[in-house]
Amino acid sequence: MERNGERLVEMTDITVEFPGVRALDGVKFYANRGEVHVLLGENGAGKSTIMKVLAGVNKNYSGKVIYKGQEIICSSIDEQRKRGVSIIFQEMNLLKNLTVAENIFLGRQPQLKAGHINWNSMYQKARELLDSIHSDISEKVIVQSLSVGQMQMVEIAKALSFDSDLIIMDEPTSALTEKEVDALFSIIEDLRKRGIAIVYISHRLEEIMKIGDRITIFRDGKYITEKLVTETNVDELASLMVGREMTDYYPKVNVQPGEKVLEVRHLNQERHKLKDISFYARAGEITGFYGLMGAGRTELVRALFGADKFESGEIFVNDKQVKIKTCEDAKKHGIALLTEDRKNQGLILEFDLNQNISLVNLQNIMGPFGLDSRKETVNNKKLTQAISVKTPSLKQKAKNLSGGNQQKVVICKWLNVDFRVIIFDEPTRGIDVGAKVEIYKIMNRLKEEGKAIVVISSELTECMGISDRIYIMHEGRITGCLEREEMKNIKEDDIIKFATGTYGTTEEEDK
Amino acid sequence: MEKKKINISSFTTVLVLLVLCVLLSILSPIFLTGTNLVNILQQVTVNAILALGMSVVIFTGGIDLSVGSILAIVGVVMAKLMLGAGINPVLAILVGIVLGAACGAINGFLIAKCKLQPMIATLGMMSIARGAALTIANGQTFSGFEKRFRWIGSGVLPGTIIPVQIVFMLLLYLLVFYILKYRKCGRYIYSIGGNEEATRLSGINIDRYKILAYTICGITAALASVVLVSKLNSAQAVAGEGYELDAIASTVIGGASLLGGFGSVWGTVIGAVIMGVIRNGLNLLNVTSYLQQLIIGIIIIIAVLMDSFKNNLNK
Repeated sequence: MERNGERLVEMTDITVEFPGVRALDGVKFYANRGEVHVLLGENGAGKSTIMKVLAGVNKNYSGKVIYKGQEIICSSIDEQRKRGVSIIFQEMNLLKNLTVAENIFLGRQPQLKAGHINWNSMYQKARELLDSIHSDISEKVIVQSLSVGQMQMVEIAKALSFDSDLIIMDEPTSALTEKEVDALFSIIEDLRKRGIAIVYISHRLEEIMKIGDRITIFRDGKYITEKLVTETNVDELASLMVGREMTDYYPKVNVQPGEKVLEVRHLNQERHKLKDISFYARAGEITGFYGLMGAGRTELVRALFGADKFESGEIFVNDKQVKIKTCEDAKKHGIALLTEDRKNQGLILEFDLNQNISLVNLQNIMGPFGLDSRKETVNNKKLTQAISVKTPSLKQKAKNLSGGNQQKVVICKWLNVDFRVIIFDEPTRGIDVGAKVEIYKIMNRLKEEGKAIVVISSELTECMGISDRIYIMHEGRITGCLEREEMKNIKEDDIIKFATGTYGTTEEEDK
Repeated sequence: MEKKKINISSFTTVLVLLVLCVLLSILSPIFLTGTNLVNILQQVTVNAILALGMSVVIFTGGIDLSVGSILAIVGVVMAKLMLGAGINPVLAILVGIVLGAACGAINGFLIAKCKLQPMIATLGMMSIARGAALTIANGQTFSGFEKRFRWIGSGVLPGTIIPVQIVFMLLLYLLVFYILKYRKCGRYIYSIGGNEEATRLSGINIDRYKILAYTICGITAALASVVLVSKLNSAQAVAGEGYELDAIASTVIGGASLLGGFGSVWGTVIGAVIMGVIRNGLNLLNVTSYLQQLIIGIIIIIAVLMDSFKNNLNK
């Protein structure tokens, strides 16, 4: 058996560049057998990027990787898997319409003669793997019907089926309930005993204190430091991770809230299990929506924006009931939506910035003979300068910009129209810290201009830091609402309980 | 940076055309004569007009297989109106255009509203329109159109030797170019091809513009029919079979991506001319029409390969 604590992999001087942004700048990282090495950092710090290098997903890197004492080049996922490196992505990579066993053995199903799949042997082996992590998921069930937590277990079983020496988990708990997190942790404990090295990517401080052995911190694509869990505490980690005081991280401006601009009453949607949702957003106020992945927040805003259909419910804009059937209707009524997936839904990546920004309101750039490219450039230059989009020119393709600048371009799009409400869905996901603060500042500016702002965020600190009021969602329902006054006194733990549907059952029953 | 790339793209198409012309003028002394060149342009007008509407559809990321059949039904209907009912050619042409537009609009409706795949919807229309044309014509070939009507396809501009059909084609190209570049709907058509979902989420009624694109395609098929019938002085239900493939090939040779979002109508017209030059050159070289098919296929593939090769270099 391998000795625990033995160095399994060592990466030094790793640099990765994407167009317009240096995602990793000469960082180092290592992992030992039988240890959980946490990679900590804000979104955009480069955690996932370095692990994609190690897993063979991202081949364009420079630097040195030593694995089991030998220098290797991480050139493909397949090869890395054969070497014993498995990665479990944040957005899981299971084929939802296949069974658990088929997913585990995808592409290498046990075979009989002449290439026929040996179903019995496949089910049996899958069962053994699932048993080895004490999971009671049936190997024959279709993945679609599993919860996110269960899918995670399947991913782990799959990783184990490769005889992995190293398992990388990219934010594994971001969509899990508390119970599922506990189950995951006991599996990790188990894997550790089996001498497997685990890289655990996260920015949740409490949980990494529980599960980690050592912690490496990245910030803005740079290596900051390494700590043993026993030698540090949450506060120290937080300041190392963020690199500045939290107070100026979430710049807040005080604006007296105005009228209700957007109000939704009793919205129901069968398909995404949205049930009886009522909320409002006021002018000059940032209304936050917190919840776990899959809580229904994105689905809610898509429905009220006319992107998806919903069965029943009323929408009011400035106290007048409006009918929103399409996104065009929503735009007409002064609602703007910045989608969660800006690359696939917010931008036309192959088009230049001019085309992207003008799209929402071409009327703005109409001249006497039709679309006026000079007017377009002038108009868009004004918009991009107002919120300082960094780009060499408006002729640049959207795909060549960094995440933060792409997000700003999407904001520019909507600044073209005179909206009353603007909805930001996970506006800072995957963008670097500096750009994040700028996005917050833009929100604040819009707030001062008297716009109503709705923000969906899965990062609790962010959601609390920027919002004036917060709604909390769980499984398609609003489970809690924090008014302005309540925001100061609530503990983060309590909010998480609302979001996981475990809020003090005793108290609720009393009511 | 962006501008340069576009220039390179249309540049390669022009380059292919030039190389072909040089090659053919060496191989055949007749190729580079004025009459032959005008001849080539006259031969490409029908395909070029079909390809124009096809380009608009392809820019949205769609495809239209029904243009050849729409051409046939429009031709037969116009012929019946003019020859059978003695209706004024202008009116007959208008009816033809409306008919083409209606076929296109139905395609668009099926694709945008009923969410049929463009290939399937237009495949259906291809069969429907052809069947309708065959039924109406009932085996008849119509000919003997009046002079006014024949002027479009075979006349010249008064006092010149410039064929009307070429001018007509170029005017159509100018019009569509203006729409695509300077009208809002043009921008939307490209945007839908670039990213349909992002366009929809920008609050744009993508259904409307998809239907518009297919309607334009139907109209150009009708106009191509006018030119063809008038040129041949003959309308028949089997006209235009396989023309949709030539139209698609011209668009693709012209640099458009079948995924949508990119391309220009000028690329398409050059693509159509390239196809015409190849056909003409092969005729001059006495290559059999069987072999011509084969060679044209190879050239289409080479042209598109060059394009994707260039794109890979850009990455």
